[in-house]
Amino acid sequence: MTDLSMPQTRTQSAMGKIALRWLLYVLLGLFALYYLMPLFVMLTTSLKSLEEIRTGSLMSLPREVSLDAWKTAWSGACTGIQCEGLRPYFWNSVLIAVPAVAISTLLGALNGYVVAQWRFKGANIIFSLMLFGCFIPFQVVLLPMARLLGIMGIAGTIPGLIFVHVIYGLGFTTLFFRNYYVTIPAELTKAARVDGAGFLRIFWSIFLPLSLPIIVVTVIWQFTQIWNDFLFGVSFSQAGTQPVTVALNNIVNSTTGVKEYNVDMAAAIIAGLPTLLVYVVAGKYFIRGLTAGSVKG
Amino acid sequence: MAPILDINNLYKNYGATEILKDINISIEPGDFLVLVGPSGCGKSTLLNCIAGLEPITGGTLAIGGKDMTHVSPKDRDIAMVFQSYALYPTMSVAKNITFGMKVRGVDAATQEAKLKEVSSLLQIEQLLNRRPSQLSGGQRQRVAMGRALVRDPKLFLFDEPLSNLDAKLRVEMRTEIKKLHQTLDASIVYVTHDQIEAMTLATKIVVLKGGIVQQIGSPAEIYNNPANLFVADFMGSPAMNLIPARTERNGTGTHISIARDSGSPITLTDSRDLNLPQDVILGLRPEDIAEAGFRAGAGVQEAECLVDMVEPAGADTYVVSELGGKQVTARLHAETSAQAGEMLNLAFDMSKVSYFAKETGERLN
Repeated sequence: MTDLSMPQTRTQSAMGKIALRWLLYVLLGLFALYYLMPLFVMLTTSLKSLEEIRTGSLMSLPREVSLDAWKTAWSGACTGIQCEGLRPYFWNSVLIAVPAVAISTLLGALNGYVVAQWRFKGANIIFSLMLFGCFIPFQVVLLPMARLLGIMGIAGTIPGLIFVHVIYGLGFTTLFFRNYYVTIPAELTKAARVDGAGFLRIFWSIFLPLSLPIIVVTVIWQFTQIWNDFLFGVSFSQAGTQPVTVALNNIVNSTTGVKEYNVDMAAAIIAGLPTLLVYVVAGKYFIRGLTAGSVKG
Repeated sequence: MAPILDINNLYKNYGATEILKDINISIEPGDFLVLVGPSGCGKSTLLNCIAGLEPITGGTLAIGGKDMTHVSPKDRDIAMVFQSYALYPTMSVAKNITFGMKVRGVDAATQEAKLKEVSSLLQIEQLLNRRPSQLSGGQRQRVAMGRALVRDPKLFLFDEPLSNLDAKLRVEMRTEIKKLHQTLDASIVYVTHDQIEAMTLATKIVVLKGGIVQQIGSPAEIYNNPANLFVADFMGSPAMNLIPARTERNGTGTHISIARDSGSPITLTDSRDLNLPQDVILGLRPEDIAEAGFRAGAGVQEAECLVDMVEPAGADTYVVSELGGKQVTARLHAETSAQAGEMLNLAFDMSKVSYFAKETGERLN
């Protein structure tokens, strides 16, 4: 560091930099391989036959690629007494996740808009209370929620699960939208009010069109949370309304005799596929949206 | 004719804090009212109260002869231009301008005609399909004004519209706003902290400080007869010289003596019939102190002063001399031979002097 004028040390340090860079890439590559290992095992195992799983090694590639396990997982595997595979439960999850994501995102946007742009008395307290909801462990609310669903007459139904997910998603969706809208100058709302626009008109015509990045973030976040949820799914569903995560658990745990690892693996991948897909399609916006709220632009 | 804007005993509090106290303002159609004051004086709050964006705590407010105290902004027949322009970011320039009409349900043909009229008036026809983010600061400013103009309101409100522009553009836009006011004969309330903007644009100025009106008057009144020390100091650049002096009545006139560190006091005589206390603050604008021989008139008196500093400013040369413990600025012609450290005969125009009470700062003459 002291002899910057000497060319020799400079080349040495340049070499050192390149070496460091390579070391970094090799390390990152190793970590990535390590991280992808389970996925590799899952994929290869799901494509093997039971016979091959029993005789071959865990890490080897399948000798003969077979999609039978996938077919069974989708439409034939048994969850307890029924043997319909994951299919009906997969659609249950879609029926739960899509409306729950849409409603919680829209309500979060409205909440965030109110809290950030219409500074009514007590707005900060209400926002803090909603934030509090983000940090409550869900186990705590299981019993009161079960009671509430019973009173409302939607216990064990898909609308009931949608209701639960909307309620517990609101804390985060409100936080996301509030932080995004807080960076938008208050003069915009004032200008629209002078122009004659009302509360909902301003939201619809001015704020919502601005919100694409944060909508993407919220949708990814909510979809992942709701799709992957097991606790609410197992607590508030009954036969026929269970989401895919619960069905996966039942498939894996209810087999008797030989464990069909290939079917289990295929089922697990099917259950995880939609969230993976959402990340691949919208991941770029996810990163962009996460930082968009924090930097005023 | 009824006043276009009539504010009576207006109060505005945030919790226990009084922001505006007993504001009374009235302007006629065609007036250009400028609210001016240092930051935090409540001028923007007052504008927001006029717009209806902030509820008022007490008093009444009428626009165009109708009581608007509790009317919502959209029904006040006003249009507003904001400091940050507040253009709707996802809409094109044309949509920005027509948004208000669309909300109010004006038919498409009228919208189109008005858009055309306003965009040609402001010369923004070629920008109509662009987004606000694709415009320069000056262009955004024009669009914001266009949005206000299409409304054709009773009253225009401007909230520091030029403060985000660079110096050169600010002067250009200032001229344009003035021109616009003259061609449209519009009634305008304009907020600024820039006293030069206030002087050049206004037909009527309100000077605010700490939520209290200090003075209301035409630019000339405010400039020549400031009501107190604050207004005297705030309006004008360079600021008015405010010099502690002693007075002594002499027949109908008054002897004024100003002490100085560099020698014997200078004495001047004001021949006006004044009744002044012994200790006063004497206010004199830099342009009312000239080089001896360059100013004539009944009230002009000469005195020899020590020049501390010479500041050539192109058109004029400013000369600074110590009087009464203050740095007193005189505005001399550009070719003056004044030299720092030398004595110079200065001519004081005593007919222009303002006197202020030492304790209260209120004007005495």
